[in-house]
Amino acid sequence: SKDLLAAENTMQKFYDLPKFGNVSFLHFTDSHAQLQPIYYREPSVNIGLGASLNKAPHLVGDAFLKEYKMKSNSMQAYAFTALDYAESAQRFGKVGGFSHLATLIKRLKADRPHALVLDGGDTWQGSATSLWTKGQDMIDASLLLGVDMMTAHWEFTYGMDRVQEAVDGLKGKINFLAQNVETSDFGDPVFEPYTIREINGVQVAVIGQAFPYTPIANPRYMVSDWTFGIQDQKLQETVDEVRGKGVAVVIVLSHNGMDVDLKLASKVTGIDAILGGHTHDGVPEPVIVSNAKGKTLVTNAGSNGKYLGVLDLNVDKGGVKDFRYKLLPVFSNFLDPDPQMEKLIHSVREPYLDKLNEKLAVTNELLYRRGNFNGSFDQLIVDALLQEKGAQIAFSPGFRWGTTLLPGQAITMEDVMNQTAITYPGTTLNEMSGDTIKTVLEDVADNLFNTDPYYQQGGDMVRVGGLSYTIDPNQSMGNRISNMTLNDKPLEAGKLYKVAGWASVQESSEQGEPIWELVSRYLKDKKVIGDIQLNTPQIKGIENNQGLM
Amino acid sequence: AEAQWNKELFEATDNEGVFKALGANTPENSEKVKLVAPDIAENGAVVPIALSTDLENVTMMAFLIPENPNTMTGMFTIPEGTEANIATRVKMAKTSDIFGLVKAGDKYYLAHKEVKVTLGGCGG
Amino acid sequence: MATRPMRIRAKESGGVVSVKVLMAHVMETGQRKDSEGKIVPAWHITNVKATCNDKEVLSAQWGPAISRDPYLAFSFKGAKKGDKIEITWIDTKKETRSDTAEIK
Ligand SMILES: [Mn+2]
Ligand SMILES: [Mn+2]
Repeated sequence: SKDLLAAENTMQKFYDLPKFGNVSFLHFTDSHAQLQPIYYREPSVNIGLGASLNKAPHLVGDAFLKEYKMKSNSMQAYAFTALDYAESAQRFGKVGGFSHLATLIKRLKADRPHALVLDGGDTWQGSATSLWTKGQDMIDASLLLGVDMMTAHWEFTYGMDRVQEAVDGLKGKINFLAQNVETSDFGDPVFEPYTIREINGVQVAVIGQAFPYTPIANPRYMVSDWTFGIQDQKLQETVDEVRGKGVAVVIVLSHNGMDVDLKLASKVTGIDAILGGHTHDGVPEPVIVSNAKGKTLVTNAGSNGKYLGVLDLNVDKGGVKDFRYKLLPVFSNFLDPDPQMEKLIHSVREPYLDKLNEKLAVTNELLYRRGNFNGSFDQLIVDALLQEKGAQIAFSPGFRWGTTLLPGQAITMEDVMNQTAITYPGTTLNEMSGDTIKTVLEDVADNLFNTDPYYQQGGDMVRVGGLSYTIDPNQSMGNRISNMTLNDKPLEAGKLYKVAGWASVQESSEQGEPIWELVSRYLKDKKVIGDIQLNTPQIKGIENNQGLM
Repeated sequence: AEAQWNKELFEATDNEGVFKALGANTPENSEKVKLVAPDIAENGAVVPIALSTDLENVTMMAFLIPENPNTMTGMFTIPEGTEANIATRVKMAKTSDIFGLVKAGDKYYLAHKEVKVTLGGCGG
Repeated sequence: MATRPMRIRAKESGGVVSVKVLMAHVMETGQRKDSEGKIVPAWHITNVKATCNDKEVLSAQWGPAISRDPYLAFSFKGAKKGDKIEITWIDTKKETRSDTAEIK
């Protein structure tokens, strides 16, 4: 159509980013193993409190468009917000895909042959093929993509042995960097903390920061010999050490999450830019943070292969003089697939195609996950848990990965795996007291809404089926949740309820049925998904919050 | 000689009880006392903590966790020539402030930091 | 109790010896119940002593909230590479163990 042709012409210019400076970084993060183009709806709820109130990354919808001067109904609005999502997705098509990302990287590298390609982690997990190959499909794709350095989070859920084996295999090809991972006995480093490269005669250091709360957000037994943590003092020592070696540029490749990075940038000095991930915030412009000795750029490059961050620096002997940054959405329809990558992806998927393509049901609704509270795909999962387990209440973790399906699309086994592909998928049915249920909700709420980012873990609120509640995010730990009711009756503190769930971080001798089997059985039984009743809490005290559409 | 173990000190259930057992006047909060502990504990059974100070004439350093059944966790005697810099790992029953107590000269000084003990799960 | 040896690392640099010790001990709190619901009695290290060249360089009194298989790190001046450091602990059952390591 005329519309699309016009768009295509604009896109040619859009991807022709003028060359700038002498040092460049191409940064993607949190692809969650999405090798193929997908839909991914950005959140309509991403509440910021305290110092984060109404500031990036806690802006959604129209407030986001206004902040970054984007037009309604534009491709930019489609990429960065949840506004009119289903309609815009029909118009502009899918995003991401490693073949399209590869083309974009090649195109940018034509002008910037010196550019380093940085992977912020959460790359080896999130799809069926990544789970079934223990991340090997993504490792091969990353090598072909020309990734220079990476850090990690969900990678660790394949266990210490697999990570060590994979990292050994990457030696000399991709630097696996993590200054904040140590052995739990004597605190020795497990991985390279940083690497130094010379780019156009400039010494550049990239320091890795793995997800600090890996042993808390994910099963600790999978990384039992290692400890993590933010370790900002050690980071300061590392920055000082590389500055002492005469580097002119210091970049931290971080999986802290954007709010943690913003606080860290105000405390640790000597960092030029923190290229961040984990919280899946697609933020078009860096936030410039001042600290005792200078300024640090803080970025976050979204998720699911949707974006590529381009940071161009003009550097001389005295350091960084000027910069340009652009977070480019990867519109799959406007970038030709790279044939080599296409071939690799095809060969990875080939052995599993029958299973991946198995049609389980059709959805009449938009199915998405991301947002501080419930998403429709999570509602489907808790509905399935309630029914299949005969439970009164169901919990599903507030993961931020998981792709989106448009109304009318078939739900395949691959789609179910895109929501559930983890190494601890067991479903559970437990008796929990009203008291314990409140404790669980309070605990997760504090991980999300504590006003000190260092106490946040960067996930969303646990998804709840069956139970209604009210939340006041501004309150303190233990005082946010009230009004818990089940079938209109107040939850009793001492009474036991049947609670279903999955993805327990506790080590258990019995492995419950994997969540994807339970959900696919439910879907086959339903055949058509429609009329999803989204169970979201009553939210108090957020009247003027721009993190809410 | 048999090592001594101060029973009254280890039976105290709050900071006041510990100060009393030590015969310490109310300690003064000091920025010169540095307590390093994680913001969130990876494992409540193994929480790494470290205490250091550049105060002079330090003879004793200790860790206090008032939310534990007993507040006094460990007390260290620092002889001449040993640095005022100690690290260990402790158990925490629940979210609590950890206090680092230092005796320098005949005065006591204090620093504290909250360590959150969480159920875990979820993630981005 | 057949106790396992401690793991001790002692390194000298710039006149300061940094010591890291891992001890093997259950550090039972006396508050935990076993599978039959009976209280497991307290059993923990109460005292630790470190000596180097016949001089005490650290001593400590511990309660049961020090983690299982305790970790201790400290540093001192006045010793050189090749000197020996000795660590001794005693527990609530009056069992005791000493191990030595050479300063590297
Ligand atoms: Mn992550
Ligand atoms: Mn992620």
